Parts: sequence; C-alpha cells; structure tokens
Amino acid sequence: MVDINKANERAVSKMMEARPILKGVAPAKDVIPGMKPNLLLHAGPPIEWARMSGPLRGAVIGALLFEGLAKTEQEAVALVEKGEIEFAPCHHHDTVGPMAGVTSSSMMVYILENETHGNKAYSNLNEGYGKVLRYGAFSEEVIAKLRWMNESMGPLLAKAIEASGGIDIRALLSESLHMGDEGHNRNKAGSIIYTAKLAPWIAKVAADNDVESEVLKALGDNALSVLNPVMAACKAMAASAHGIEGSTMVTTMARNGTDFGMRVSGLGDQWFTAPAEVPDGLYFPSFTSKDANPDIGDSTITETAGIGAFAMAAAPAIVTFVSGTPQDALNATLEMYEITIAEHSHFTIPQLEFRGTPTGIDIRKVVELGITPRVNTGIAHREAGVGQVGAGLVRPPMKIFEDALVAYAKEYRL
Amino acid sequence: MSVTKSEVRPGVYYDSVVLMQLQRKLAALPGVEDAGVVMATPANLELLADSDLLEAAGKAARPEDLLIVVRAGNEAEASSALAQVDELLKQRSSGGGNQAFRPRSLAAGIKNLPAAEWVLISVPGRYAAKVAHEALDNGKHVFLYSDNVELEDEIALKQRGAALGLLVMGPDCGTAIINGVGLGFANRVRRGPIGLVGASGTGLQAVTVGIHNYGGGVSQAIGTGGRDLKAEVGAASMLQGLRYLAADEATQVIVLISKPPDEATAARLLSEAQTADKPVVVCFIGFAAPAEQIGNVHFAQGLDSAARIAVGLSNGAITPPAIERRAGYLRGLFSGGTLAYEALNGLQNFLHPIYSNVAIRSSQKMADPLHSQAHTIIDLGEDVFTVGRLHPMMDNDLRLRRLKQEVEDSETGLILLDVVLGEGSHADPAGELAAAIASHRKTRADIEFVALVVGTDEDPQNTEEQIQKLEAAGARIFRETSMAVDYIAARLGAAPSAAGKALRPFSEPLAAVNVGVESFFDSLKAQGADAVQVDWRPPAGGNETLAGILEKMKGKS
Repeated sequence: MVDINKANERAVSKMMEARPILKGVAPAKDVIPGMKPNLLLHAGPPIEWARMSGPLRGAVIGALLFEGLAKTEQEAVALVEKGEIEFAPCHHHDTVGPMAGVTSSSMMVYILENETHGNKAYSNLNEGYGKVLRYGAFSEEVIAKLRWMNESMGPLLAKAIEASGGIDIRALLSESLHMGDEGHNRNKAGSIIYTAKLAPWIAKVAADNDVESEVLKALGDNALSVLNPVMAACKAMAASAHGIEGSTMVTTMARNGTDFGMRVSGLGDQWFTAPAEVPDGLYFPSFTSKDANPDIGDSTITETAGIGAFAMAAAPAIVTFVSGTPQDALNATLEMYEITIAEHSHFTIPQLEFRGTPTGIDIRKVVELGITPRVNTGIAHREAGVGQVGAGLVRPPMKIFEDALVAYAKEYRL
Repeated sequence: MSVTKSEVRPGVYYDSVVLMQLQRKLAALPGVEDAGVVMATPANLELLADSDLLEAAGKAARPEDLLIVVRAGNEAEASSALAQVDELLKQRSSGGGNQAFRPRSLAAGIKNLPAAEWVLISVPGRYAAKVAHEALDNGKHVFLYSDNVELEDEIALKQRGAALGLLVMGPDCGTAIINGVGLGFANRVRRGPIGLVGASGTGLQAVTVGIHNYGGGVSQAIGTGGRDLKAEVGAASMLQGLRYLAADEATQVIVLISKPPDEATAARLLSEAQTADKPVVVCFIGFAAPAEQIGNVHFAQGLDSAARIAVGLSNGAITPPAIERRAGYLRGLFSGGTLAYEALNGLQNFLHPIYSNVAIRSSQKMADPLHSQAHTIIDLGEDVFTVGRLHPMMDNDLRLRRLKQEVEDSETGLILLDVVLGEGSHADPAGELAAAIASHRKTRADIEFVALVVGTDEDPQNTEEQIQKLEAAGARIFRETSMAVDYIAARLGAAPSAAGKALRPFSEPLAAVNVGVESFFDSLKAQGADAVQVDWRPPAGGNETLAGILEKMKGKS
C-alpha cells in the first residue's frame, strides 16, 4: 500500500535537492530530444492549431518565418493548415518557454543540467521587451532580433558559459530572492547577478567588441534576461520529482493561451486541463482586461518549483499586482503554505524570518481547502503581434485539481 | 473635442507597477478618456502613439523621463487630472489591505500561532470531530462548541484526549473560562480560588456569576458538554477537569455542575472528588443528595446555593484530611434494618456497583441474599434470615457465620458491623464479635473491620466496655452512621483510574486558534488573548465525492 505522505516527502525532497547548473547554449535541434525541423514546441498542454489563441498563432507564424519554412504570414498559415507542421508541448521535450514558448529547431536554447539527478532541461533565450515572438509578434524587426540572438548573442553566450564552467541557478535564485525578486514576474536582481557573473567570461571569449557590447547591453537592460534559465532550472527541479509512485505533488503547471494544464508526480504523463482564465492585473497604457488573452506560458514552472507567486513575500516592490500592500504580499505567500508539502531548503524569505518558500503543491490540499495556487504572470494581448499588455495574478481552474484527484482515486484504486 | 495633455518629469524614475497604478487612477478621474504613464523609452512612446496619446511634449521626452499623458473631454478636465498626479502617487491602498493573514486550515492557524494551546471549534457538527481530532494531533486542548456530533465521536475524542493529557470540552460546550479568558459564551467574572467543571453551559454561567456576585472569584471554569456524564462517556472530561483543579494551586474550592448523572458515573465522580484535598461542592440538579456534606464533598441543592457554598468555603473552610484509598469490597452485615438502609443511601453515591437485600434502586437487588457480590450491605434482620431463629440483635450466631463467609471471600476488603446496645439486646454482643474479629484477623490481616456502635452510657451492656473490646480486637469504631459512611466512602471509593495522563497545564497568557464562528475570535481579542481566526470551509467545498476521496487518501498516509 502506497504511503502518500512519504511519496510526497520523497518528491519534494528530490525537487529541492536538484541543483540545476546552466551548462551552455546550443541550437535546439542539437540538444533537445526529439527536436526536428518541422516540429514546433509551444507552451502549455497539447493543443491543435484550430484552438490556438492569437498570441500562440502569431508566435507559430513568426517561428516558421524565422526558420525560413514560410516567407509570408499566409504561407505560414497554409503550411500549418496543410498539416506540414507538428506541434508538441515544450514539456514533452524537457523544455519550457515563457508566454507562447514557441521553440523551433534552429533556435538557440539554454542547457540546464541537474547535477544531483543528471536530468537536463532547456529554454529559449529571452528577447527582452516590446514586440517579441513570445507575445505572438512576428514583424520583420521581431525576426531580425531573433536572428541576432541566434547568430551573435547565442554563440557568444555559449562560449562564455562554457568558459565559466557553468552557473549555479539555484544559488543565483537563493540570492535574488533576498534582493526583492520572486523569480517569475520580477527577475531584476537575478538578471543583474546573471549579467555580472557572465560579463567577465563574455569579455574573455568575445572576438568582436561591438558584439560584446551589444550582448552585455541586451543582458543588462533586460530585467528578464535570467527568466529563461530560471524557468529551465525550475523545470529540471520539477522533472526530477516527476513519476514518484503515489505522490500527489504537482510537477507541471503550464498554459497555452487556451487551456491551463497540470501534471502530477504520481499520475504519469497525463495532463489535466481546463480553460485558462484571464489574469487579474494592471494594464499598460490604453489596454484593459478586454484586450487580454487568457493565461499563457510555461513560466508557471516557477510556482511549481516553489518561487514566483509563492515567494511573493520576498518581492514587495511588485505587490501592487496582488492588490497593494506588503502585508498582502506576505499573505500571498502564507496562503501558499496551506497547499504545499514543504518549506524550501534553499529558497528563503527574509520578510518571513528566512522561512523557506512554500514548495510542492499537493493536489489534496488544494481540493480540500479550496485554495488554488497563485501565479504571477505577464498578460498577452489576445491578438497576435500586439505583445504584452499588462501583468498580474491568475489562478489555475479548480477543475484540473478535482479531475486529478478523481484520476488518482481511480489509478490507485481508492 | 478631446484634449490630450502631457507632463514630462525629467529624470524621475518610478517602478513600472507604480506607473501602471497611477495610470489606472488617472483614467478613473472625471472626464478622462484615456491615460498613459510611462518612462519615455522609444518602445513606450510607440505604445502611446498607437493609442493616440502622444503629442509634441511627449515626443520630446527622453528615455529617462517620466511621461504622464491624459486625454480628457476638455482642457479643464485634462489639467485637473494632471494636477492630481502627486496626490495620486502618495495614495496608498487601505481598508482591508493590512488585514493579517487569515488561514483556511487549522494546520496553518497553528503554524501562525505556535503558542496557542487551545483550539475553539464551531464548525457544523458533521465536520467537527475531524477538526477536533486534528487539534488533538497537534497537541491542543479543544473547546468544541459544535453540536450534532455523534456520541461515538465524542467518546473517541475524549479517550484520545485522556491518553494525551488534553482536554476535550464538548461537543456542545457553550462556555468556559480559562485563565480568566472566556471561551464561547462567558460572563466577565473576577479571578479567584474557585474552580468549576460543568456539564451544563448555562449552569456553569449561572454559578460563575453567582460566585462573582457573592464576592468570590473563579480560577478556571471548565465545560464538558451536556453528554459527558452519560454512562457511555463516563464523565471523561469532568474527571480530567476535577483532577486538574485538585492539583491546581490557584484553586482552593472545586464546584461540579451537571444535570443528574448516570449512577455509576456519579459514584465514580464523587469518589474521585473525595480524593481531592480541598472541598468539592457538587450541584447535580435533581440528584437526591444523601447529606449536606460527606467528607470534603458538599451537596448543593441549586445553582445559587452552589455559588454561595463555594464562596463560603473559599473564605477559609477546614477540609477534612483526605483518607487513603484501599482495595476490596465492602461487606456490611447489619442487625438493624434502618441503619443498613441509611448506610446504603450514603454509600451508593460513592461505591459502585453496590448490592443489598434492602435495595433502594432496583439495580441494587441481590441475586441471592446468602451470597454477597461486589459491595454489599445486608440487613440480617430481614425475614429470609430470621425464620425459625432469634433476631440478630439477640443472637450473634447468624452474623458470626456470615462473618466467616465474608472473611473467606478473597474480594472482601472491609467489613462493617452494627452493634446495637440497649434493653432487649444481646448481653455482650461485642464480646462474641470481638473474639471472632480477632481470630479472623490472624488469617486475613488485610481485612479492615468497622463497627457502628449504637448505645448510651446508661445502657446495660456498658457501651464503653463494648467499644474497648471491639477496639482491642482491631475494629474502628463509629457512633453515627453518617460518620461511618464518610469513612468507608473515602476508604473504598474507586481507585483513580490509571487511564489518562494529567492534563497539560493551561499556560498564561491564553492563546487560541478559533475555527468557525468569528464572534468567538473577536471576543478572544477583546479580552486581550492572542488568537488566530481560521476561515474554515467544508472540505472540497462540500463536494461529497471529492471529500470521500480525500478521506480515503488520509488512510494512505
């Protein structure tokens, strides 16, 4: 007979013991298992073209343009509609991507290796702000930026990371949580640490001063530059805890802009999905919730691993997304302790007397208490190509937890 | 025609979140159609241009400048909006924003107030037992206000509580005062030396009020719930409370309050009360008290008299020293019927089970008067014994034979004999009885002999001499039935049950987690107690299927 608490202890311990190191950057097709030219990875649970939301469609079109598989938007759509393109969740290939998360075979990706358990995880490079592929933009400037990232930034980062011997992302997060980051919506401090750690190696390996300068500027200006390695690190942690018999711990939460999907450690690779909700948040000038796309992105892997909204108390500067006061930020984290299995042994919160962050969502507790996980998130425009319109808070639909509980009862013959 | 106005604040930086908030507030002002508040980076200027918010002043702004733009119905509205920017930037959300965290689960409540030793539970009855078990799991005393809790659940909770040294007040416990803090419904009464345990909520309230009004004060008032003194529950909580107060230095007088208890339970409680080295005032409404006072146990006829007696006793009563318990059964071999009846009337409240051929309660009837069982009081003057022979007041033969029979019974611990002197009685009853006692004591030194001697100094047998003979044989002498009853009740009362640990001490100041009715939380806070409110909801939102699965899963860990 399976002991659920013991299984969960094991799962959460594995997740916390995982030590993901950023090991390099390489083209997706060279490193991501199963990657091939006509395959596009996307955020969230599986979805077919017909049900894809605006930003995801836009990112798909952009990726096909970037890969040279299509020359125009129309060509790209026709190619997809003919069934020439395969789609798969990033999560099915040990990969995660923010927002649309679309990753194609030529794209440079970060390689994270969990030194404790040996598994790897991948994520694309962060494009920065403005019109970007991850929000479904695919204009020429977007594609040009991607090209530059692939041809200039990626190779330089690859060399620099290799020269550095690897960057311990878990240690970086431990530090940035003490500097006002929560690791999901706010990665300001983490991105600065990341840039500072890489800068000497970039300087050392760069052949061209102009490229060096551009890359350092891109890293330093972008408060999200570390988000992608952080997400891949969280994926490596969560993946190490997946597949533990009897465990009710969540190991994946991800959204594709249409559905919110979840997987549970002890329930194999089955996804539990329900329609994604529109985040509640603050909007950029001239946008309102009417413009918002339903929740999208793999970045919920941060909450899955015990940071992001779960570490909200550590990030009082962005509490206004929640509703306003530092007390609310504390409350957000305190609430998440109710539905988690452990307090993180490496991620601590100064504001809570260095208590570990709430870690390891237990579907039992979510259903019993009626508290769904909190997620901090960016908000995408519902139309392809417009980009980010705000940021805020969202929760997964309760239904996926209820469905998972019922599936667990069936699986384990309760 | 709409008017767009901008303000550029060179070199002023705000976090984007602050800017978005400001923008939302500006957009909500009267007449304002749209607003934009951004750091004037090229990307942001483009955004503003897309929404028709960019005009000359904005275009000239530099990336490190703060740009504030409003589009309003007219010039005045636009200017007014811009004039309010500084005020809006200073605004802080308030009203509920600083609300301390409200946990949803008891576990989180306890985590947030580790000092809490008490959990108050007032959730719907069908869920209450589970919450109470969880409180016990966490080592907390329980105040269980919820009603409609199954009797089996109450028994299970109280058994666990006893094993853990934790108090379970309730279910259906409305009131308690712990360390001066009222739980549930409680009156504000001064603190003092009187400790109470009550199975009746309003009874407990009335007596604490009475104590206060008579000038006394309360150390602890412990509630038990109305079913505690039922046979099935066996006064589990009242016994715990009684023992706690007996050992509590701040308590000088104990008051027990209940509706009439089950017989066996009453005997258990009263004999436990006798072991306290302080006065115990018993107020079992409707209970036929055998006397005003038996040993340290005082019987009050009503709530008010209980309060009055308790306050009187707390002002310096002398408590008879507690008598040491011994094992074995009582065998009372009487020649006088009324004496037997009076002894039974007193002792039945302490010794259980007790049997007699002059039974007061039908449960006391002997199966066979010729054979004693458990505690037994026999009137040997009854017809069944006297057919064809002299009355035992005149002829000791029958009693001597029965005496021998009792001595041969290994369960016998104490033998009570009456010795009625006077005209017509045997000329020297003590002579024959004393000789038998002396001889039996050689074989059964463990048996204690008590003699109730009824006689005057003018009686022909010479009472003094009779007493001396009995005493010389080793018997303890009493001259009144009530005194003998006091002694025997104290000597043979049920041994304190080995089951159950002493209650964990009630620390000061009182801290509690309240699960359910919020007014109890407010009341705790108003009394200065440290408290956490748990916003409890039915598991799985009341969905029976899911709750059922969760329950099964609990068995798997």
